[in-house]
Amino acid sequence: MRLVTAIVKPFKLDDVKSALEVFGVQGLTVSEVQGFGRQRGHTEVYRGAEYTVAFVPKVRIEVVVDDADAVDVLGVIAKAAQTGSIGDGKVWVTPVDEVVRVRTGERGAEAL
Amino acid sequence: MEPALIDGANTGFILVSAALVLLMTPGLAFFYGGMSRSKSVLNMMMMSFSAIAIVSVLWVVVGYAITFGADQNGLWGWSSGLVGLGDLTNGATFGAVEADAVTNTYALPDIVFAGFQMMFAIITVALISGAVADRMKFGAWMVFAAIWVTVIYFPVAHWVFAFGVAEEGGQAAGFANGFFAEDSGGWIVNRLGAFDLAGGTAVHINAGAAALALILVLGKRRGFRKQPMRPHNLPFVMLGTGLLWFGWFGFNVGSTLGSTAYSGLVLINTQVATAAAVLGWLGVEKLRDGHMTTLGAASGAVAGLVAITPACGFVNAWGAIAIGVVAGAVCALAVTLKNRLGYDDALDVVGVHLVGGLVGTLMIGVVGDQTHLLEESLVDGGSLGVLGKQALAAGAVLAFSFVGTLLIALLLKATIGIRIPEEEEELGIDQVTHAETAYELGGIGGGASLTGTGLPSSSRVDA
Repeated sequence: MRLVTAIVKPFKLDDVKSALEVFGVQGLTVSEVQGFGRQRGHTEVYRGAEYTVAFVPKVRIEVVVDDADAVDVLGVIAKAAQTGSIGDGKVWVTPVDEVVRVRTGERGAEAL
Repeated sequence: MEPALIDGANTGFILVSAALVLLMTPGLAFFYGGMSRSKSVLNMMMMSFSAIAIVSVLWVVVGYAITFGADQNGLWGWSSGLVGLGDLTNGATFGAVEADAVTNTYALPDIVFAGFQMMFAIITVALISGAVADRMKFGAWMVFAAIWVTVIYFPVAHWVFAFGVAEEGGQAAGFANGFFAEDSGGWIVNRLGAFDLAGGTAVHINAGAAALALILVLGKRRGFRKQPMRPHNLPFVMLGTGLLWFGWFGFNVGSTLGSTAYSGLVLINTQVATAAAVLGWLGVEKLRDGHMTTLGAASGAVAGLVAITPACGFVNAWGAIAIGVVAGAVCALAVTLKNRLGYDDALDVVGVHLVGGLVGTLMIGVVGDQTHLLEESLVDGGSLGVLGKQALAAGAVLAFSFVGTLLIALLLKATIGIRIPEEEEELGIDQVTHAETAYELGGIGGGASLTGTGLPSSSRVDA
């Protein structure tokens, strides 16, 4: 099994979710995160004092999928999240040793 | 003494104005609270609310007697019969001021005037609190507020607001008509004859100078100019600005002590100067920073309200617009001085109230309207006479307040201490001093949760 992790622009979350549902993914986890890449942060001004806000709000999407689907899922997310401008984010795949479905105790691919 | 004739319209308006002026202090709590960091917003708001509590009691006990008691050499007042408002609470007279025999106006019971002026004392103390955000011991703040209002505010308010009783009418009539008794009342309003309708000197210059002295003793916040200290809730700042603006009509218009055509002029001047100041501040921001900000609009409004406070009854609408634009622009530049000079005036009490108060007080000498001043300002072709009087009044209040506050702050520092320990400041004064936090958010930024980790923010620590 593989864990596909994507950091994308928050307003692209719905597009990514729809695309993954169409692909057939059974579930995913979303969290609000902050960070920076090449886009860096931005500057705010309060009474003439400039503040550099280093971290930009992003959404992290995590999906655990079968080994065979991992590259396709990565492609689906990347396509759905793309705007073509800086700050679109990253998607990566990591190996997963074991998965348990808590309700039934099923393990491995059965648990997905 | 026969019960004096009470003018119901005037008296009713001043009763309402008192409530409006009181509302300014909770408004100020939101204005300052929104600008502070989320870990110290409650302490900031508590400094305003504690000012209401402390000053209200002190005003009734001795404040009115010192401010409006029998004049002592123009420097302070004292009438032992006014301790606890004594004579004013006597149901036979309520200290009613006699009506003017000719116009039948300005008949106003002293007890109503005492209630109205109480609210001025409250907000003046609360204004100082913006400078000491995040780091002042709360107990020390309460003691400071009590001492400061008694030995600094009450006498200075006497200088400026205790107009002597003229021969021709009651004290209020003399005030509106420019008749000042030469030999009684506060020295600024009577002997010097400087112009300050609603308290540019006694309230704003006084609070601004005190704030500067207090922070010089208190020291800078940890991380001043190194850590980001951006306002945590700008909508609160806008809410507070709206409440201040609303209440300020009680402050300025109520200071005419009547509901007359003249009160209408004061209302117009207050509004148009404030509007012009918003434009002035935003203009500076656009040119300097490239953005017109919400905080700039709010700050410009308050700067305009401050500057028009002394001048609201002594200028025409053109003069009010001029004062507003200048105050907005000058204060927008003045708030950056702390970064260059290195004093940590957290929420810019000096840059807005001291500087704005000076702009308004001095500009009466430049753009004052002679039909209200009964003297010529510079635009009316007059000499520097009015400007000189204004400068002397402003300078005297500034110097007395600064030096007096410095002494009070040093005394408190040497005795009970005025600053919380570093680690408590880092953790957040709300949590340490008040055992509360404003928000259940936690996470990255200025917030600090009960567990210190931000997760989970609502677990019981005693479970």
